[in-house]
Amino acid sequence: MSMIKAHHLAASYGHGDTALKVVKDVSFEVQKGETFGLVGESGCGKSTILGALAGRNKQWTGSIEIDGETIGQKRTRAQLAKQQLVFQDPFGSIHPRHTIGRTLLEPLEIHGKDRRQERIEKVLTDVGLPLNFRYRYPHQLSGGQRQRVAIARALILEPKILLLDEPTSALDVSIQAEILNLLKDLRQREQLTYILVSHDLAVVAHLCDRVAMMQSGGFVEIATRQQLLENTVEHAYTRILMDGSRGYVSERRNNKGEALPV
Amino acid sequence: MAKSGTFSNLHDWLISEDFTSARQARLHTVYLGWLSLVANPLAFAGFAVVLLLVIVAAFAPMIAIHDPFAQDFAMALQAPSAAHWFGTDEFGRDVFSRLIYGARTTLYITILVTVIVAPIGFVIGATAGYLGGWVDVVLMRITDIFLSFPSLVLALAFSAALGPGIENAVIAIALTVWPPIARLARAETLTFRNADFVIAAELQGAGTGRILLRHIVPLCAPSIIVRLTLNMSSIILTAAGLGFLGLGAQPPMAEWGAMAASGRQYLLDAWWLTTVPGIAILTVSLAFNLLGDGLRDIMDPRNG
Ligand SMILES: Nc1ncnc2c1ncn2[C@@H]1O[C@H](COP(=O)(O)OP(=O)(O)O)[C@@H](O)[C@H]1O
Ligand SMILES: [Mg+2]
Repeated sequence: MSMIKAHHLAASYGHGDTALKVVKDVSFEVQKGETFGLVGESGCGKSTILGALAGRNKQWTGSIEIDGETIGQKRTRAQLAKQQLVFQDPFGSIHPRHTIGRTLLEPLEIHGKDRRQERIEKVLTDVGLPLNFRYRYPHQLSGGQRQRVAIARALILEPKILLLDEPTSALDVSIQAEILNLLKDLRQREQLTYILVSHDLAVVAHLCDRVAMMQSGGFVEIATRQQLLENTVEHAYTRILMDGSRGYVSERRNNKGEALPV
Repeated sequence: MAKSGTFSNLHDWLISEDFTSARQARLHTVYLGWLSLVANPLAFAGFAVVLLLVIVAAFAPMIAIHDPFAQDFAMALQAPSAAHWFGTDEFGRDVFSRLIYGARTTLYITILVTVIVAPIGFVIGATAGYLGGWVDVVLMRITDIFLSFPSLVLALAFSAALGPGIENAVIAIALTVWPPIARLARAETLTFRNADFVIAAELQGAGTGRILLRHIVPLCAPSIIVRLTLNMSSIILTAAGLGFLGLGAQPPMAEWGAMAASGRQYLLDAWWLTTVPGIAILTVSLAFNLLGDGLRDIMDPRNG
């Protein structure tokens, strides 16, 4: 059963003469429980696709179907709760003047959920944070802990889909693996469907079943993880992307004379 | 010994970041603010004077030794003495008692203006900044119209049009104070408008009202409070100016500006009539300014 269907999806910014079409006619389906990757150079429209799916960008055409339901330009609360966005920068995505408990309570209030404290405790446990963190402010947390809070906030409405916009690229390397493993666990435990944006092919290969390679607003190829690992991708641009991240690694190694993590 | 023990326990509990309750987290924030206020002598002096003003206003009948309205022409224009600490005015009323009761008037005006202006300024500015588009254009042009007049002239015009009296003075002053607050609220809102945490709230279905009240207010509140505190002195001075011109408080009400005004006919013979309320106005305005500066250091989000 496919959880997300996008057909001839296009998205733009601005109006009239200054309108800029950033995503040009992409179509894809993501199955329930699958992780679909979006890879491509900066500015190619990855976040814009996530924004259109999440309800952030309203200027899109084509059709979007989520969990069997066709989505219009305006969404109901229930439709918004179906998918939640996790942002790249954990320092900017949590309200600096709200305690963590307050941050997690907000969505429950908006959606009129019951058993609020119970739900907050469950989600904090799920993302591996101590319960008394709910009384803390974000500035008392590390980047990795904040990203866990952001994931908890996304999960508290019990969504079916998480849209992950470079969720680890702002974190220390040692923390990145922790967050990726957490995401992997959660996917299994909560039977979530992911769309993961990343510029790091190692991250993508770790988590994704299929990956769309993007170039200036369009897909050039959708590759499976198998193809990535065996290096049997078909399209020339995909190869450039792969070589690009490999070259970056070896360059870093040469500069310092020792192996540095990606 | 036991007592200092409990105090240091309380201090440790307040300073600890291992919160075990929401109340502790809130008290922690307040306590840190208090510590930095105490550490800033000028701001603390301002705070002390403002606190004194509040106490004096609250307990005026107990502090004033004479009836501030009782006239006694036999005692008119007496120099300061043991019986009349700040002398008497042209009607023989005790200046010290009138000064004490004047604190009530001053506090009444500043509190009322603040209570009117803070929500109006915030709602107009934050709505304009958050919604943008034509709402922003309309609201900000209205704000600009009010801003384009010198505030004292505007207050004069309004209180002349509304007629003399303290309530009208409050309305007139409020009309001149809200536009800068609205501008400030708009500017602050614009900086947070596209922050990820606001987007996250929108994607969870938060409406405009919730975003403004729950998400934007806590971010704008510090700078608005600072601005209002710094504005207090100009509110006090405008109120005194209106009183001085006969447009604010009406006799026999005790108001510092009006007291200074009526004393100026006797400036050479009875210097205390203008000097004493003048010093009171100066002290309180200065105190609010110092407190506002201190609050800026304490509450500015960029400091912590
Ligand atoms: N709010 C916006 N207004 C106008 N242009 C934008 C906006 N956000 C992104 N863009 C432009 O759209 C393009 C795609 O952006 P984005 O989807 O964020 O790229 P990516 O996430 O792949 O790096 C970029 O060229 C960017 O400059
Ligand atoms: Mg992006």
